[in-house]
Amino acid sequence: MQPFGYGQSIPDQLNATFMALADPTRRAILARLASGEASVTELAEPFAMTQPAISKHLKVLERAGLISHQRDAQRRPRRLEAKPLAEAAEWLENYRKHWEAAFERLDLLLEELKAAELKAKRKKGK
Amino acid sequence: MSTATLQVTTPSDREIALTRIFDAPRRLVFDCFTKPELLKRWGLGPRAWTLTECEIDLRVGGAWRFVMTKTDGAEMIMCGVYREIVGPERIVQTERFEKPWYPGEGQNTTTFVEAGGKTTLTVMCLYDSQEIRDTVLKSGMESGASVGYDRLAEMLPTFAREAES
Repeated sequence: MQPFGYGQSIPDQLNATFMALADPTRRAILARLASGEASVTELAEPFAMTQPAISKHLKVLERAGLISHQRDAQRRPRRLEAKPLAEAAEWLENYRKHWEAAFERLDLLLEELKAAELKAKRKKGK
Repeated sequence: MSTATLQVTTPSDREIALTRIFDAPRRLVFDCFTKPELLKRWGLGPRAWTLTECEIDLRVGGAWRFVMTKTDGAEMIMCGVYREIVGPERIVQTERFEKPWYPGEGQNTTTFVEAGGKTTLTVMCLYDSQEIRDTVLKSGMESGASVGYDRLAEMLPTFAREAES
């Protein structure tokens, strides 16, 4: 099926967001941060991963602008930056709506075709 | 009129599936996907695009070619070959773009299942590898379909709330 985005370039920010979301560990990190900020150690806890491996994921998320950290605090807790995610979600929903719009036009066409068939049938029946 | 909603899922790591119910017998829905004069009437694409040329050679090995034109004059040409046709049940066709933006070819399997006068349409898009599928997703094709859309959707209320605050 042809792409929803054809003919239009995707803003870099969205690309970065989708790339960052493509990994299950990063999604889990985001889910954890959705319930409040956390330090790297706390974030690493639920995963069978070394702290450097987690830090790598955090860097990707940070570059995508999905998380940030406070520089001055000693724990340097990470927090969720919700705006890019909300934008990405909105964009996705727009695309779904595009298809939905095409299919709604198809609904109308099908109604017309059904009505035309019915008419033809009645004519034949006379 | 219709309460049907479009569902987008990722049945496997190389696929994207679109599902939608139509209130019509499947032979009509099938016609709307295979007859150029009908296809042109519902557009098959985002609103700013119109299906201006539509060639369909509906037989196994036959080619299809669509030219979409945008309101600003931009053109997008896609084409492919029919691999399997079981009217009005199932179509398998390849898909590629004249200016390719993903490697290889996609393969679309469209099925029409009728029950009680309604038709469930499923379009399954299969790519050569997960990497290509993800490229398609990342570059815009219903990124919502994958890349954790379901998970994203679960988290959305939270994100939306935080974006507002």
